Amino acid sequence: MKNEFKVIADLVEKNTRVLDVGCADGVLMEFLRDNKDIDIRGLEISKNKVQKCIEKGLTVIEGNAEFDLKQFPDKSFDYVILSQTLQAFLNPELVINELLRVGKKAIVTIPNFGYWKVRLHLLIKGTMPVTKTLPDQWYDTPNLHMCTIKDFVYFVRSRNFKIFKSLALNEKNTSLINNNNLGIKNLFSDLGIFLIEK
Amino acid sequence: MNKEINLKTLLVKKPLKLDCGKTINNFPIAYETYGSLNEKKDNAILVFHALTGDQFVAGLNPITNKDGWWSYAVGPNKSIDTNKYFVICSNVIGGCLGSFGPSHKDPDTQKIFGTNFPVITINDMVNAQYNLIEHFGIDKLFSIVGGSMGGMQVLQFISNFPDKAQTVIPIACTSSHSAQNIAFNELGRQAIAADSNWNEGNYNIKDTIPNKGLAVARMAAHITYLSKKGLQEKFGRKLQEREDLKFSFDADFQIESYLRHQGSVFVDRFDANSYLYITRAMDYFDLAKQFNGNLSDAFKDTKAKFFVISFTSDWLYPTQENKDIVIALNAIGADVGFAEIESDKGHDSFLLDVPEFLSALKNFLDKSYAAVK
Repeated sequence: MKNEFKVIADLVEKNTRVLDVGCADGVLMEFLRDNKDIDIRGLEISKNKVQKCIEKGLTVIEGNAEFDLKQFPDKSFDYVILSQTLQAFLNPELVINELLRVGKKAIVTIPNFGYWKVRLHLLIKGTMPVTKTLPDQWYDTPNLHMCTIKDFVYFVRSRNFKIFKSLALNEKNTSLINNNNLGIKNLFSDLGIFLIEK
Repeated sequence: MNKEINLKTLLVKKPLKLDCGKTINNFPIAYETYGSLNEKKDNAILVFHALTGDQFVAGLNPITNKDGWWSYAVGPNKSIDTNKYFVICSNVIGGCLGSFGPSHKDPDTQKIFGTNFPVITINDMVNAQYNLIEHFGIDKLFSIVGGSMGGMQVLQFISNFPDKAQTVIPIACTSSHSAQNIAFNELGRQAIAADSNWNEGNYNIKDTIPNKGLAVARMAAHITYLSKKGLQEKFGRKLQEREDLKFSFDADFQIESYLRHQGSVFVDRFDANSYLYITRAMDYFDLAKQFNGNLSDAFKDTKAKFFVISFTSDWLYPTQENKDIVIALNAIGADVGFAEIESDKGHDSFLLDVPEFLSALKNFLDKSYAAVK
């Protein structure tokens, strides 16, 4: 399981109800169910990945986060997880609001466009960055609203959401983000993980 | 309707109060079972059949000498694996394969019921079938499964008996018959009524059955079970055993011949009055209405695990109507999964060889069974 999922799993308390939005083939869901006694549900748009989840005995609903989160009542989950898909929505703010309505807390991870390799790619090559976390070309990327760790922190603050924990990941290391190191973490991390609440 | 074959039948002695107000008792339910019930009696699956189905869900149907209606899904090593599970399926009341229906004699008058048979509902069908669970001494079914009208029975069953099933699988169905659904059923009923042999339901099953009207009803309904794309790909404008158009009203096109065939084989195995009664039961089905318009309340007392399945090309019970069930369940935090299966085979997809559907059904059942073990 990838490092990002391990960090997310550590943020989730045992014996809770969790919704994984864009759960893909259910790797994180399976881990949470088997290791943390989580009552876990997934929402996934890809038919193929829905089948993969069913193969694992996971409860998954085929659907689209932008339309199908509405059906869940307020605060019906302890946590709602959104891993690296916020940037792919037409209206990310609407999705964030929905996550925070449905979940008591939300865990959002974002690929960091402020990562030095991304910046260097654009600076030196002058073409849209292609990295491990951003593997697609500009014309076939699902990403519509790329942001940096700093952008996301500023956004969350501007909406007066509470940030419980901000973590920065690069290939090997996980570290805490705070006010003093925000600039540095924004430069040296390829992924940001945030535990937030409305 | 060959009655010489020995059908397994449970005679229900307990009175059953029907939605129409009448009470029936000492009535037969014809059923069939597959596989064997284990010692703990925790491996039973109740399968509900659709409009024209019967208890012969798998193996060879002894009446038609064809495969059971859900042979793709039910049998040894299949999605509903009879090596593992004990499958029960019964003919609905109002039906014509041994269960109490309009072709039976009214015990009071000794005359065939015909349209004097009480109007029955999905609720009545389910309450009648519950007697089978008691008959087998099953405290809790592992699963209840059904497509189309079978799915409606699944929803009604778990609403009536919230702690009697571990898992619940409504397939290609709806919680409420739409105007379009009612319209198509009415077309079928009127086709039967327009056949002079029908005679207000008082026909002689042995010789003067309203087979023309029933055949037309089946032809019209059959179109609603298929998709436009599926029909076009299978038949297109292909001609039936001829080089060119005959400038007549024979079946020039393969699709005409196909529909005529569907109609004619149907009348050999189905009773016209049963068709009226069962389509009526479907039309009356509105689960939310039973709970003052709140569908979620139908499921509020159950802890069962739901898996709702729809098909992309099903326009009779489209994905949105299946999703409405999912939405109602999510509104109360129920354990519900949902998958829309890609298929161009229309509403009939659930009865056919659609591999993604069959594997999803198998995986859901087997993983759920392993989890409760």
